[in-house]
Amino acid sequence: MISPLSVAICLVMILLSPLLLGVINKTKAFFGGRQGPPLLQLYFDLGKLLGKTSVYSETTTVVTRIAPFAILFSTLAAALLVPVAFRNAGLSFAGDVILLAYLLGIGRFFMVLAALDTGSAFEGMGASREVLYSALAEPAFFCGLLVLINETSQIGLSSIYARLTTDFWWQNPATLLLLSTSWMIILLVENARIPIDDPNTHLELTMIHEVMILDYSGKDLALIEFAGAVKLAIFSSLLVGLIFGCQAQSLPLQLIIFAAGMLLVSIVIGIIESTIARLRLLHVPKFIVGSGALAIIALILKLAGN
Amino acid sequence: MKKHLKMQNSACVNLADVPVVDNQQFKDHLVELSSRNCRLSALFVLPGTHQNLIYAVVSNDESAALKLLATPYQNEFASLTPDLPQAHWFEREMHEIHGVNITGHPWLKPIRFQPKTGDNTEILPGVTNYFEVTGEEIHEVAVGPVHAGIIEPGHFRFQCHGEKVMHLEIELGYQHRGIEKAMLRNHPHQNLRLVEVIAGDTTIAHATAYAMLIESLYGIDKPDKNAELIRAVALELERMANHTGDLGALAGDVGFLPTSAYCGRIRGDILNTTAVICGNRFGRGLIRPGGIGCIVDRSIADIVLERLVAIEADLKSAVKLLWDTPSVVARFEETGTVSHEDAIAIGLVGPAARACGLRTDIRYSHPWGAYAVHQPELVDGRKRGDVYGRAIVRWLELLDSLRLIRIMLAEFTDVSTASPVLTKAAPDSISVVLTEGWRGEVCHVAITDSAGNLASYKIVDPSFHNWFGLALALRNQEISDFPLCNKSFNLSYCGHDL
Repeated sequence: MISPLSVAICLVMILLSPLLLGVINKTKAFFGGRQGPPLLQLYFDLGKLLGKTSVYSETTTVVTRIAPFAILFSTLAAALLVPVAFRNAGLSFAGDVILLAYLLGIGRFFMVLAALDTGSAFEGMGASREVLYSALAEPAFFCGLLVLINETSQIGLSSIYARLTTDFWWQNPATLLLLSTSWMIILLVENARIPIDDPNTHLELTMIHEVMILDYSGKDLALIEFAGAVKLAIFSSLLVGLIFGCQAQSLPLQLIIFAAGMLLVSIVIGIIESTIARLRLLHVPKFIVGSGALAIIALILKLAGN
Repeated sequence: MKKHLKMQNSACVNLADVPVVDNQQFKDHLVELSSRNCRLSALFVLPGTHQNLIYAVVSNDESAALKLLATPYQNEFASLTPDLPQAHWFEREMHEIHGVNITGHPWLKPIRFQPKTGDNTEILPGVTNYFEVTGEEIHEVAVGPVHAGIIEPGHFRFQCHGEKVMHLEIELGYQHRGIEKAMLRNHPHQNLRLVEVIAGDTTIAHATAYAMLIESLYGIDKPDKNAELIRAVALELERMANHTGDLGALAGDVGFLPTSAYCGRIRGDILNTTAVICGNRFGRGLIRPGGIGCIVDRSIADIVLERLVAIEADLKSAVKLLWDTPSVVARFEETGTVSHEDAIAIGLVGPAARACGLRTDIRYSHPWGAYAVHQPELVDGRKRGDVYGRAIVRWLELLDSLRLIRIMLAEFTDVSTASPVLTKAAPDSISVVLTEGWRGEVCHVAITDSAGNLASYKIVDPSFHNWFGLALALRNQEISDFPLCNKSFNLSYCGHDL
């Protein structure tokens, strides 16, 4: 089912997604007693990068050149499947959740491939970490979905979200708490935020996401950075839709509540990044598996309740 | 016959008084001393017309005496390293500079990639064979010499199994400037600017060591009490600035922003306080043989004391966050551990050694100047030896430095610029000075010839002792912990490369 209005709203969200990173950085700057970069910094960066040519290492192949497009377009396609502003997604059908998860998977696949393509020891390590962590995050995400499918007896993302109203959560507060925590962790993992990864570090040996794109420059880097912002928007909107089950019928009200929710998620990410240190890499898998455990507990609670 | 010559820190003795023993006695005696709380502070070659001699300077952590002894060598010298691991880096240095064939050394490679004396062929640093671990699933990671951050160049070669580091080899030498050779100029003022940049962040410790050396070798009166106080205050400010920067950098490396951001700013405040005294943030031009190089009066001392009030309050609020945040403590604990035994064997110095429970601090064991009256508190890391130990030792030292500066400035009245050195150095003499920089023991040795000209100048920066400690700390650690371990040592590349 294609809804033109939702496609339009989704496009607006995509265009505004770099703002989320601006909000996170402002929050972090506040906690560090600094002024921080401007809210629109990522737009400036993207503009600057788009004006530059890409430089390629001689050891790379065509994989490196097509990967940025594959990453960006798979992410954009995934965004179309996400319910935005408490409305149906731009594109929705039964079982679209599987497509959503694997569109993001395709983006990751190409990023890992491009990292390996450079032949750099750093990028190889980053790729190996990324693959391990996403392999753990994926089942955790699906466990969460399973809870929702079980709760709502629906298998399309938009129809699931249409039933997640405030009243619904009043009746199942424990599920809401467990699931939103689990998905918050997945959001942090998938978007390479603290405590899993540190987007600000310059230390290649400790990086996960950043190290995989070390060899990218110019326009290619702009595409990847933008895809990263869109991915953050996707996971944030999933979280907002989950927590703020909204019954508002008027479009302006829906948009306002949704925007406020997105802002809140960004601020919470900023607060998390300001108040805790990064995990030791060895402990990251436990952390991710923990998010899966929360989802499984939610599932058990639900099944036991039935 | 005497086995060694005992001397006080910064004394000047006749070169002929240093006992020359044969190689076996030399080795036996050094090994015996090292089992009695002694450390090798310097080991170097003095080429002579009749015979070449190897000199050893040994310091004892418990008594203020320094011990000197020497041994002749022809072309070969049986390595001390198998019995005295802390000699390994010194022996590689002797091999590199003077071509001494050190037989039995387990890993005889150049440490700075400098051409041998009298040979001008260019050598590229880092181009050498590395220790290799082979086997399935073993991979090698090369980092540097160009790094992502704004730091000095150095090359790190990791042998890894997955994320685990089995071995780390560190190759330096990119910063070699030939300072020891350049130091052989006879007018002390010619070398003053040079000693200040041996390691730019250890300006005061190196300049103080140099000034003390010149004072004893040239027979100048010791500085008056007020000049000594200012020297010590500057050294403590240097310690504070660097420890603050390090604590902030450690926080930054684990992604803990508040402490990282605030400590960066506070470090600047402390550097600016040094600038209040002498006009330079790193204390350049502050130390001069015979005293200090600027005029300091009571009003300046009062400004320093006043600034310290705000600095202390800011520091306490910023750094306390580190110890109060469980995720930070968990990250620091049991990361990059160096055992107590290893620390003694490889001769670690400074905060890294104290974090392993070694009771070594030159201010405490060989007090000079104002430290003879105002003793620092010896910080004990309780044998932790991990990143947490090195961090907490820095914090405790910071607090003690604050205390020391306050009691020192309370006694201070005023002091004027020292007069220039006009005398000549004593002929055929050797003088040794140890000071405690923020990284640890700084050792300067100067030897004069029969005409009273400088014949040899030896500098040992604490980094020289400690780089191998970093390599040991990485054993069986995750490779992603390297930046954190590296920061917890924060060693100088140019201080090592000279």
